[in-house]
Amino acid sequence: MTFDWNWEFAIEILPRLLRATINTLIAAGVGYGIAMILGLVFALALRSSGRLPRTLLREVLEFIRSTPLVVQIFFIFYVGPQVGITLSPWVAGMIAIGLHYSAYLAEVYRAGIEAVPRGQWESCRALNLTTRDSYVRIILPQALPHAVPGMGNYLVGIFKDTPMLSVIGVTELMQAANSIGSETYRFLEPYTLVGLIFLALSLPTAGLVRLGERRLRRKLGL
Amino acid sequence: MDLSAYPLELPESDRPMVRFMNVTKSYGSLVVLDSLNLDIQRGEMVSVIGPSGSGKTTVLRMLMTLETINDGVIYVDGKPLTHMVRNGRLVPADEAHLRRMRASIGMCFQHFNLFPHMTALQNCMEGPVQVLGLPKAEARARAEELLAMVGMIDKKDQHPSRLSGGQQQRVAIARALAMRPRIMLFDEVTSALDPEVIGEVTQVIRKLVAEHDLTMLMVTHQMGFARDISDRICFFYKGRIEEQAAPEQFFTNPQRERTQQFLRAVKDAD
Repeated sequence: MTFDWNWEFAIEILPRLLRATINTLIAAGVGYGIAMILGLVFALALRSSGRLPRTLLREVLEFIRSTPLVVQIFFIFYVGPQVGITLSPWVAGMIAIGLHYSAYLAEVYRAGIEAVPRGQWESCRALNLTTRDSYVRIILPQALPHAVPGMGNYLVGIFKDTPMLSVIGVTELMQAANSIGSETYRFLEPYTLVGLIFLALSLPTAGLVRLGERRLRRKLGL
Repeated sequence: MDLSAYPLELPESDRPMVRFMNVTKSYGSLVVLDSLNLDIQRGEMVSVIGPSGSGKTTVLRMLMTLETINDGVIYVDGKPLTHMVRNGRLVPADEAHLRRMRASIGMCFQHFNLFPHMTALQNCMEGPVQVLGLPKAEARARAEELLAMVGMIDKKDQHPSRLSGGQQQRVAIARALAMRPRIMLFDEVTSALDPEVIGEVTQVIRKLVAEHDLTMLMVTHQMGFARDISDRICFFYKGRIEEQAAPEQFFTNPQRERTQQFLRAVKDAD
């Protein structure tokens, strides 16, 4: 057994991996978009609805957080058709990853909203703002800076979890590396490159999130 | 709670700006306000004083509908505040009724509660634009006029974090007035301020008393200020009005033992 890194081979497969990286970014972006919106809906529902729906929703979110993402991906893709819901790998994958992370983001938003002082709500009430205006114009803009660090963590998290989509055949980075491996019987270069590409994209993201938070606070005058 | 004994609406001949009728507020077994009866006339300035925990802030918060009430009825301009009439009976008010009633009430808070992500001007335009539906230009003109009135026009584009406590409180007063309320509530508006800036806030309130026909209810610890500008002083003790009188009478010749004790304690502390 030898450790024979082949530069030529690595350079040869790099374009193919980079093309797949675009799919990975799309998957992470779309999944995160779904998670951000759904997470907000859940966070607001947790604060507003009656006791029973609230408890029910809290349990469902707890269930989503407590079960592995890969199981959820398999479930939606393979069990779906048995109950008449047939989805393409992409759609099933986006739903699974978006739903999974929405359960985490709901918690991030909730903490952000609760960090806004109660006096802000009282001002809204005293000015007779509707609940909707209070959220949209007063509370959420102030909750956002509190939520940004957590949101950033899950952005990196969702990005690093996209390889799980390869299990149902979404053609993202991991899937491309797998194909290269099974075509050439060389695994060292493709998987090493996959790791490096993830590293190269994850590291700056964390920095950008910190920068974004500072900018946001300044823009909001906080 | 049986509300059948309460009128659905106060008659024209007996319609103070605010009437508390047997209003009770409790948290669990702790009774904060015990069957409060209090009338506030149109244009009257009433100061509420008393030891902490006497329920005085709760009176204001109930009037702003920040607190629910457990019993009794509050009437604002003759109409029930937290109740509404349905099928000839008083029932708990829905959000639409509360919003209608709140429109005539404004409030300033101990900790100002300005919106930190908005400038002073934006703070004063938010309600008029979003709630009253005023065109932006009109809301801006109104806000600038009020900011000028409280002496804050040159700071109108500053965010609250750049303003001192006294400045923030003056903006908060302008913000409340921009909604054109008929009743203004001041909840310990100088309690969180450094001594040297208290004057700039009390000055603004004096101006309001002198120049406007607002009905005002103020919770304060500043006896001298209350004595100067109030039409009436209400002394709260343990959730009840222990004594109320015109300022001169109240401060020079208090009738009740508790009032005398309180005034003595306040004087000693000064």
